[in-house]
Amino acid sequence: MATRGASSATGVTEMASVPRKLAWRIGEVVETSPDTARTKSLLLQIPGWEGHRAGQHVDVRLTAEDGYQAQRSYSIASAPEDSRVELLVERLDDGEVSPYLTDELRAGDGLELRGPIGGWFAWEAREGGPLLLVAGGSGIAPLMAMIRHRQAAGNDTPIRLLFSSRSYEEVIFREELERLAAEDETLQITHTLTRSAPPGWKGYDRRIDEEMLEEVAFSPRERPLAFVCGPTPLVEAVATTLVGLGHEPARVKTERFGPTGG
Amino acid sequence: MSGGFISRGFRGRRRRTEGDVRIPPGQYLVEGFPVLSAGPTPHTPLEEWDFTIEGEVDGPRTWSWEEFRAFPSEEITRDIHCVTKWSKLATTWEGVSVDSLLEVVDTAVEYVVAFCDGGYTTNLPLEDVTGGKAWVAHTYEGEPLAPEHGGPARLLVPHLYFWKSAKWVRGLRLVNEDEPGFWESLGYHNHGDPWREQRYWGD
Amino acid sequence: MDENRLDGNAAAGVLAEIFNFEITTARVACVRCGAAGEIGSQMAYVSEIGTVVRCATCDNALIRVARQDDGPQRYWLDLKGIEYLQFE
Repeated sequence: MATRGASSATGVTEMASVPRKLAWRIGEVVETSPDTARTKSLLLQIPGWEGHRAGQHVDVRLTAEDGYQAQRSYSIASAPEDSRVELLVERLDDGEVSPYLTDELRAGDGLELRGPIGGWFAWEAREGGPLLLVAGGSGIAPLMAMIRHRQAAGNDTPIRLLFSSRSYEEVIFREELERLAAEDETLQITHTLTRSAPPGWKGYDRRIDEEMLEEVAFSPRERPLAFVCGPTPLVEAVATTLVGLGHEPARVKTERFGPTGG
Repeated sequence: MSGGFISRGFRGRRRRTEGDVRIPPGQYLVEGFPVLSAGPTPHTPLEEWDFTIEGEVDGPRTWSWEEFRAFPSEEITRDIHCVTKWSKLATTWEGVSVDSLLEVVDTAVEYVVAFCDGGYTTNLPLEDVTGGKAWVAHTYEGEPLAPEHGGPARLLVPHLYFWKSAKWVRGLRLVNEDEPGFWESLGYHNHGDPWREQRYWGD
Repeated sequence: MDENRLDGNAAAGVLAEIFNFEITTARVACVRCGAAGEIGSQMAYVSEIGTVVRCATCDNALIRVARQDDGPQRYWLDLKGIEYLQFE
């Protein structure tokens, strides 16, 4: 029979309650702001929030009246310097949590969450770079936090962002990215549109591949820090390709979104 | 639990139907078929797949995929219940009953351990996989069982929590002493009867 | 390509319920193959039944966590797959 005492012969220990740093708390939705047709930013005021590092995420938990709960992770898109925490939500049609967040949640509502979580996929301006950011769709969220943080910190670490979106209209944070890049030549943004491009589009119009990465990315000799975020197939292909091009594996960090999205 | 906070207007996809006698205590009905993984999805080609009965047996046996499929297959319609609280009613499967597989071996053991590609294991009393209670299932809803749901074949033991219906099963080891499996050694109840809500140690 | 296979960072939430320090940047060595790296760079399988962090090199289970939420709050933590854990 399986034993249930502490430190059993199997080497598994049943733990007593331990003091936990990470607690659930209720943030207040102060504003919701649609971005593209399928995405929305949620701006939160979180009592007791101690700040975050760009790239980290929060876990969001929804509870129905009968006690049923659903939980998902969302990257923080805002800079640590911002006064409000911004989550970027993409509405998945067959999703359980995202349609609630994009269709139902409104200013004044509470949102239960915990965080910040995940110090491994994070960047602070003082770490330097250069920074190679590769995003697929809503994978832009944690990378946007890095870009905004660098801006707020007055830092000029060179950044190259390669951003894959389905179409021009679906480029998340498009206007802000255009404005930031126009004001700052050390921030270079390259888009690729994979399903449809506007007339006269002269940019890339295909999935990210080795040739595109070779053309866009910093060379391995410059030892960039790379952060790749988005759907799993994109992330795996890009990370494998970067390593194949000579980038050090330890300097390529990935955040796969998995089947339930970001 | 959440300490009382309710998300205004959130309903979720699952629904609890109070008083529905088909649903064990604490369970919710779900529409899709959730996939819970403890490791990478194996992709064993059928030419390399086999199923083995070993351990305390007279005459351990191994069957190739063709030999396994030559056993009579039954159609099985059952409700299934996951320890994570979702239930699906009237799921339809086809598979070989464990009784048929055990018929060809001689054994007097009390327990079995199901072992799987990827290293997953689960343990059961022999009486929970015999007498028409368990199958090695290869078809779900009329289609070959998908890899994410345990294909090419998984153990199917619907009267217990679904973690006992081991995905990617490759055989049964017959043992005299019970051996807690992957989840049973990590807090999950050794038996796992959903009608007695045997989810965790001590339940 | 396995949609359920996430980066080790995805285990950060449940691990932060247990460890009081930043665990994703801790370095682990696999007891089976010896490969060493940050937990964030290993593979994580996260679901409501439990979380398993596996060696990115050989898939050995480095960390297994199960948690009971209803009634008593209990955790079960298996670290047998780790040769050592190095953290600052």
